[in-house]
Amino acid sequence: MPHVPDVAVVGAGPAGLAAAVQAAEAGLGVALIDTAGQPGGQYWRHYDENHARPNDPAGHHGWPAFTRLRDRMYALRAAGRIRYLPGHQAWLITREESGAFTLQMTATTAAAGGTDRTLSARALILCPGGYDRQLPLPGWDLPGVMTAGGVQALLKGHRTPAGRRVVVAGTGPFLLPVATGLARAGVTVAAVVEANGTLGWLRHPVGAISAPGKGVEALQYAALMARHRIPYRTRTVIREILGTDRVEAVRIARVDRDGRPAGPDEEMAADVVALGWGFTPSLELPLMLGAETAQDVDGSLVVTVDDRQRSSVEGLYVAGEATGVGGAALAVHEGRLSALALAAELGRPADPAAMRRLRRAVRRGRRFAAAMHRTYPVPRAWPQWLSETTPVCRCEEVSYGDLRRAHDDLGAEDARTLKMFARPGMGWCQGRVCGFATAGIAACLHGRETTPEDLRSLATRSLAVPVPLGELAALAEGTTPAEATGTEWRGRDGD
Amino acid sequence: MTHQMTFRGGTVAAEPGQSVAAALVAAGILDWRTTRKGGRPRGLFCGIGVCFDCLITVDGVPDQRACLVTAADGMRLGDDAETGAAPEDLGDGRNGGAARA
Repeated sequence: MPHVPDVAVVGAGPAGLAAAVQAAEAGLGVALIDTAGQPGGQYWRHYDENHARPNDPAGHHGWPAFTRLRDRMYALRAAGRIRYLPGHQAWLITREESGAFTLQMTATTAAAGGTDRTLSARALILCPGGYDRQLPLPGWDLPGVMTAGGVQALLKGHRTPAGRRVVVAGTGPFLLPVATGLARAGVTVAAVVEANGTLGWLRHPVGAISAPGKGVEALQYAALMARHRIPYRTRTVIREILGTDRVEAVRIARVDRDGRPAGPDEEMAADVVALGWGFTPSLELPLMLGAETAQDVDGSLVVTVDDRQRSSVEGLYVAGEATGVGGAALAVHEGRLSALALAAELGRPADPAAMRRLRRAVRRGRRFAAAMHRTYPVPRAWPQWLSETTPVCRCEEVSYGDLRRAHDDLGAEDARTLKMFARPGMGWCQGRVCGFATAGIAACLHGRETTPEDLRSLATRSLAVPVPLGELAALAEGTTPAEATGTEWRGRDGD
Repeated sequence: MTHQMTFRGGTVAAEPGQSVAAALVAAGILDWRTTRKGGRPRGLFCGIGVCFDCLITVDGVPDQRACLVTAADGMRLGDDAETGAAPEDLGDGRNGGAARA
């Protein structure tokens, strides 16, 4: 492999793994950087391969597709064509005048992984994936409240059921595998609380025709829900999570189409609540490079790409959830397409017929994703669920009342000003968790729709992850981190 | 072989390959720090390294994400001078200072 790889791929989930393998097989020198210690991303998260058990893939969709990609990646690494860097997080990426990209990296955890600190590449394919989108609600900061993806990660990645009696709530088809996975592990799922209507996308002609396999998948989940006798409560939301030091129960109520309470409250005992409202794409790296963004059908900010996965920044390709939440199969198509497009750009042989097929598959996948997003919207009236004391920003402990006062008394009319006055999104997570909600609250308080600018002001970060000050100092002074001292952290937006 | 870790004067078991957070949750422990302002208990939330709610001191190194650190035998979880204080309360102003540095 050349000293400077042709392409750095960030993320080893479905999109990144597919992109890295396809690029290497097209003859490009590839560096593959991933936060996790092993490939798979969130979708194919699995137990530590060094301690694998035959039953670990149970409940995984598309597992053979993963193992094929993984085995090709390992083979390409052994052949010296992919440099695989697990346990590394890119915290700063810059584009040089030459057009090359330079990545600054830090170890994911102090104990393991990441030893490389800097990497340059001629082109960049960002596949950062996403994470559960969250809406605050009264009691959501109690221990025992977790994201639906977090509960799933505990189960699939660590063979650990999150609790004994779980309520899974929010909206979207992802709630179903979380619930059925828990039930299979012997956990009582008290209910799946779905804010929207029934599995309506099955009947949505465009979506169902675009991805027929997905209809089958939904029917399988419906059958599993029935077999485990999991109540599926549609047009219902959690009004409040109850408990003193940990979750003890939830209060749920029927809602109308917009999410306004439309029925009496009902209490339901639980020791864990799993929450998910779709997914938020991880955009810190593309935004850092100045890539153009837009608001997707589901209301999330996404990177704008052309039909070759090219962003507005020359040499920067983006694939997977960062271009719009659409699931693993679509992410794999986009990853492959981005790699072939880059190979063609760099004068390598790239089968035009394969690229055409991939472009068609991406268009089909996007249509299906849009149909899903329209079936499972975030209810418009969700801010009405909040009380004055409900924490919105969990890091800086900013309540809904704090935001309302910043609007009413201080005149904060948009998300950026709200952030300056009340400090939501300025703690450890840099607004990853509360960004979507804060943007929505800013818009709602001012009686308007959320704008891309609201979302951008909470998604732009000067550093992609908090890094030890020693590493920042080392970058500034040109020393190695070991020579710089201190374990203080930087990256929160507190300055 | 099952690993044994220490936390708040007790022992927490972990399977090889499990994360620190998963081992704590499996032991029925749902919170392991308190927030700076409100003193609210916090533990695992996102489970995938995004939210930083699950910060914990591991073998004396503060502010590690419990969901990402792999459990190991003999690991010391929480602060050595454990008083129930959150990592960021130690020598107060350190993280506040870092954020503003």
